[in-house]
Amino acid sequence: MAVISPPELDPELDRAPRRIAMRQRLGRWDVKLSPYLYVSPFFIVFAIVGLFPLAYTAYVSLHKWHLIGGKGAFVGFENYAYVLAQPNFWIGLRNTFSIFLLSSVPQVIIALVLAVVLNNNIRAKTFWRMGVLLPYVVAPVAVALIFSKMFADSPTGLINTLLGTVGIDAIRWHAGVLSSHVAIATMVDFRWTGYNTLILLAAMQAVPSDLYEAAVLDGANRFRQFISITVPMLRPTIIFVVITSTIGGLQIFDEARMFDQTGQGGADRQWMTVTMYIYELGWGAQKSFGRAAAVAWILFLIILLIGLMNFWFTQRIASSGTTAGKKKKR
Amino acid sequence: MRKTTSKAWALTAGVASIALLASACGSSDESGDDASGSSDEKITLTVATFNEFGYEDLIKEYTELNPNITVEQKKAATSNEARDNMNTRLAAGSGLSDIEAIEVDWLPELMQFPDKFVDLTDDSIADRWLDWKVAQATTEDGTLIGYGTDIGPEGVCYRSDLFAAAGLPTDRAEVATLLGGDDATWEKYFEVGKQFKAAGTPTAWFDSAGATYQGMINQVENAYEDSDGTIIAADNAEVSDLYSQVLTASTTDGLSAGLKQWEDPWVASFQNNGFATMLCPGWMLGVIEGNAEGVTGWDIADVFPGGGGNWGGSFLTVPAQGEHPEEAMALANWLTAPEQQIKAFVSKGTFPSQVDALESQDLLSVTNAFYNDAPTGEILANRANAVSVTPFKGPNYFAINDAMQQALTRVDVDKTDDPDSSWAKFLTDVKALG
Repeated sequence: MAVISPPELDPELDRAPRRIAMRQRLGRWDVKLSPYLYVSPFFIVFAIVGLFPLAYTAYVSLHKWHLIGGKGAFVGFENYAYVLAQPNFWIGLRNTFSIFLLSSVPQVIIALVLAVVLNNNIRAKTFWRMGVLLPYVVAPVAVALIFSKMFADSPTGLINTLLGTVGIDAIRWHAGVLSSHVAIATMVDFRWTGYNTLILLAAMQAVPSDLYEAAVLDGANRFRQFISITVPMLRPTIIFVVITSTIGGLQIFDEARMFDQTGQGGADRQWMTVTMYIYELGWGAQKSFGRAAAVAWILFLIILLIGLMNFWFTQRIASSGTTAGKKKKR
Repeated sequence: MRKTTSKAWALTAGVASIALLASACGSSDESGDDASGSSDEKITLTVATFNEFGYEDLIKEYTELNPNITVEQKKAATSNEARDNMNTRLAAGSGLSDIEAIEVDWLPELMQFPDKFVDLTDDSIADRWLDWKVAQATTEDGTLIGYGTDIGPEGVCYRSDLFAAAGLPTDRAEVATLLGGDDATWEKYFEVGKQFKAAGTPTAWFDSAGATYQGMINQVENAYEDSDGTIIAADNAEVSDLYSQVLTASTTDGLSAGLKQWEDPWVASFQNNGFATMLCPGWMLGVIEGNAEGVTGWDIADVFPGGGGNWGGSFLTVPAQGEHPEEAMALANWLTAPEQQIKAFVSKGTFPSQVDALESQDLLSVTNAFYNDAPTGEILANRANAVSVTPFKGPNYFAINDAMQQALTRVDVDKTDDPDSSWAKFLTDVKALG
């Protein structure tokens, strides 16, 4: 970094040496501070809407705190101990991971396949590309309402009727653990697959076409091109998609809450997720913000942990990866 | 020099704009300090209700009477939804409607915070309601939190066509006698159910174990809490008896349709002969009529097992955070006056809690074409007079009853548990409240 340019000769400067020093100092600060100030809006906004709520939640979680009554006594980690001792918390955790895996794995695979198809030279390209994003625009509550009708328990429900035509007995979607998770995962996929498809598609178009040309000359077929060029080149994007859908998946709320009328995740908590448990503790029968905040923090730590695992995993892939990995390592 | 000055300016501007950005988030809007305006001022009042209150026509009428007041109704689909909304906005300190309807089951939770509501005490309307209705909304120090709207005196609704097919009497007076008349008991109700089943009909006797249990528990004075608020749900033999009684009838005797009220299959079952009887509080009449559109044969008998029963009922409160508390109070007062409540009853079947309304010919002469022209006004007035027990509902009532409903649902609807294991989970849930 260059030091400031020498001050221009100015008669005024000679007469007021103190002011020169001031200006010079200002100038030096300018060079040193300005870059930080230019990037500071993000950090200030982040501190207000991200960091502060995080810290405040931690503060709340150490107190007895009633939704309407407000702050009570300081209780230390009692809220955490309470939450960890509740079977419902662990059920919620199980459900969250189960729904997340059931939705994210097919989602990324389908999105990848769809992106490849859309990347081809098909007729009415824009129409199809915008089409996959359409479900994402639909409000999650509307999606949940429609899907909970489709997944009605009675044999007359839409999905059950379809299953009936191929000779499968009606499935009680709201009663079973796995069946309810599948139904909710379907809703999640319906909304998010198109969104991820477009991200992958965008990355796909950045793959240099000479790679494909070379592959074609070498006699590689479509499938081989996909495995050996597209997927490796997309690796960073796929990782991005996986990480965002992990965060989203662990925070799933709308779809599961709207799956039945009472919104508690089933009488046996078949599909109650961790975020729903937070809601139940804070706004449900107990109205205990302290306990809800404790769960929120535990969830935050879990997401952080998984984020770190993702990061570690990514590093491994990047170092052993082909083109994309090498590019990243520089 | 010029260069540095402009840089310094840029720097100052940068700092200033960031400071502005930061402070913008902290400023609060100071709107609405013109609240204490005169009565000529045009104002808008919002009324938040849930399910069906039958206020649509009344609100139009009120606007005609008070041209400078516009009334908007916000309807939540379920009372749970309304309750969540209420709690969240009470905690936030803003965002509630000028008038908020609340249900008696979650009133006790709110009674702990009387300062969040306008005290509605008004000598001129002291004798308007049934005593127990007023008592429910009055705190220990005499603050009246809500004006009573409706109550839920329960009768038995039944399908006369299905009764005929099973060889049971169909006339509503005969059905009342069949179920035991004034001495009707739950044993008798389940007994007749078995008789109905024995006739070989594929239809279930009642819709839901949870709903039937609700009718039973509403006749217990101290079900879950002692009158001082101590939780006794886990050890109360009366509760566990009712629990096993209703589940025996549901599962062992197969009388239940295994449905959960308000869920899609329940709603659909009205169209395909899902069940023959259900307990019906006044407000349920409109629900049945809506769900069973095009189905004939519904009727209502002037009888209720185990003596009279009251299920639900609501209040209109005026949250203290509103901008126009006086106007809101006047509107709530008007909406809960006997004349208006009778109109609401005619419109949606919400049964009045006002003494004058219960004796009014306007109410007693009401008949309902959907229920085979049953004199619903008279029947429900009789049912209201038969209510002898007012259940005590403390701060934990809603939570414990909710846990109980889930316990019943696990056995009756989901079939994921047997009565014993589901009871164990209920005990865990009750313990978790501590």
